[in-house]
Amino acid sequence: MNNPIKVLLVDDEEEFVTTLAERLEMREFEPRIATSGDQAISMVEGEKFDLIVLDLMMPGIGGLEVMKQIKSANPDMPVILLTGQGSTKEGMAGMHQGAFDFLMKPLDIEELISQIHEALGKQSS
Amino acid sequence: MADKMKKWLDLGRQILDRDDKKKEMPRRYRRLRRNIILLMLAVTLIPLAIMAATNAIQYQKNIKAERIKPIRAIVGKAAHSFELFLEERLSAIHFISSSYSFEILSKQDTLHRIFRILREEYGGYVDLGIINSDGTQIAYTGPYDLLNKNYSTQQWFNEARVRGVYISDVFMGYRDLPHIAMAVQNLNDQGESWILRATMDTQKFEDLISPMGMDPITDAFIVNSKGILQSDSRNYGNVLDPFPMKIPSGDSSTHVRELTDPEGRDIVMVYSRLIKHDFTLVMILPQKNIFQPWHTLKQEMSYMFVASVIAIVLVIFSSTHLLVKRIREADEKRVIAFRELEYTQKLSSIGRLAAGVAHEINNPLAIINEKAGLLKDLVDHDKHHDKEKLMRGVSQILQSVDRCRNITHRLLGFARRIGVQYEMIDINEILKDTLGFLEKEAHHRNLNIEFNFDEQIPKISSDRGQLQQVILNILTNAFAAVQDGGQIVLSTRQKEDQNVALAIRDNGHGMTEETMRQIFEPFFTTKKGYGTGLGLSITYGIIKKLGGEIKVDSKINQGTTFTIILPKTPPGETENE
Repeated sequence: MNNPIKVLLVDDEEEFVTTLAERLEMREFEPRIATSGDQAISMVEGEKFDLIVLDLMMPGIGGLEVMKQIKSANPDMPVILLTGQGSTKEGMAGMHQGAFDFLMKPLDIEELISQIHEALGKQSS
Repeated sequence: MADKMKKWLDLGRQILDRDDKKKEMPRRYRRLRRNIILLMLAVTLIPLAIMAATNAIQYQKNIKAERIKPIRAIVGKAAHSFELFLEERLSAIHFISSSYSFEILSKQDTLHRIFRILREEYGGYVDLGIINSDGTQIAYTGPYDLLNKNYSTQQWFNEARVRGVYISDVFMGYRDLPHIAMAVQNLNDQGESWILRATMDTQKFEDLISPMGMDPITDAFIVNSKGILQSDSRNYGNVLDPFPMKIPSGDSSTHVRELTDPEGRDIVMVYSRLIKHDFTLVMILPQKNIFQPWHTLKQEMSYMFVASVIAIVLVIFSSTHLLVKRIREADEKRVIAFRELEYTQKLSSIGRLAAGVAHEINNPLAIINEKAGLLKDLVDHDKHHDKEKLMRGVSQILQSVDRCRNITHRLLGFARRIGVQYEMIDINEILKDTLGFLEKEAHHRNLNIEFNFDEQIPKISSDRGQLQQVILNILTNAFAAVQDGGQIVLSTRQKEDQNVALAIRDNGHGMTEETMRQIFEPFFTTKKGYGTGLGLSITYGIIKKLGGEIKVDSKINQGTTFTIILPKTPPGETENE
């Protein structure tokens, strides 16, 4: 993997998503940021991403709906879901709809990175 | 010794006391049991008693009538026979006096011959005499020397002269046997009156009466109008003794009387007065014999009645006891079940709260996590000299910690306690605080939350935790009712002097009248599958407990308004501790 991995981070908490992007950047990723579902969808249309990290609970279009729309255009796009809810119910629902995995907030960045690698490795194989 | 006794007594009392406590039942159940028992006793025993009494009276009447009927017939017949007998004897005398002239009968030997024939044909005649108009017996045949005896001064002679016929009462005559005398008057050719007189023993009376007194308990005899026995009685003396009871007057038909005789025996007296003669035929039977079947029946009926009453009372007592016990157990179970449900509801609202809280807290935690991670990264990558960047990260962490603290504070405010704890509360503040739990959802769903607060509203004394639970319940319902982008209006105002009112209005789907009527009932839910149906019933309970009122107004597809009226000071509250 010579080229940096291009990841789209989608979350309505701007502080969270920018900080996460900064940290991923330090780890040789090429992150982009969207703070709403609409923004994410339009960004995916204009740009090619390797993977999307998507928060489930957002105002306006929720995470699952965003994933559905993105997947309809790019069915192979790997998606990792984030959830702040204590329960795993929504995350499981997301996996049924094609997400690669879901992670609980607060995130362990190393876990996120290993999941990203795993998702991309799985896809390439 | 006395000490020991006292110790035992104390022990006994303790045991009894404990037993009493075990049996103790709340007054309303005791009253219920008493009322059911009284009612059931009344509806069973009163008809039973009435029926038993009516039956007894009817049976008694029938049995008595049935037993008396043959006796009455016997007495009537016997009296008739007795009358016929006297008539027959009298007519024999009459026949003689009419068939023969005074002159023929005055001859001693002719009279003797006729007397002999009379005795042979009829029997029982003791003597026969002819008395002329002066009262002198001019011819006589019989055991006494009565020829030429003058009877003119005797009452019977005069009575026979006046009436033409005479029958005497019984008297002791020849050989000390009871006798009666009978006389008939006739006229001779010269128009002078003469009398034919005969005496006979009363053995024939006994022959007539004896069939009536066959069994040893029956006493039958003849009494004259002066109350003198004219035949022997088994219980009331011999012939010519006075009969110790007065015979009630009456016509010549047969009468029945229930009496107590001078010796205290309960008797039935059946009597028949003769038509032409001064005799009454009397038959006396002990009541206990004649009414024996009735007494037996009465006894059996009494046993049956008492047994039925005992059975009914036992059944009523035991079934009522069981019934009331069941009712009480059911009541207790219901109370327990309701408490459990209330608890479950609390748990579920805590669960709902926890999910919300987890989300609310996890977001700032995620920021803290990233910021702290970034700071670590900066140090690791030796970029920590950018002081501004470090400070920004730290202040972001502190801000997020603030967010978390707010949430935990709200949670503490929500902590519910058992029982009501009053404190001074600003309703506006509580509404805002409680809404804070749902702020995120409101934001996500673009709900338009409006406040229409009376800023001058006085503080009230109420329970913060419970009010928050109520408001959260209603807000949750309002959130569920509205579409994304819907409107919810929270308003407060002072109502009269004593109360404040708060209202939560939404423009959601509303509800039907039918639903509106039932929403405060436990287990009523429109959220099929995931509602417990308890939220509003518990809300209702809490508001009542706090001395307030809750009202709902709703129109389908237009929205719902819940209005809660709370007193400034709760009822029965004295001083805050």
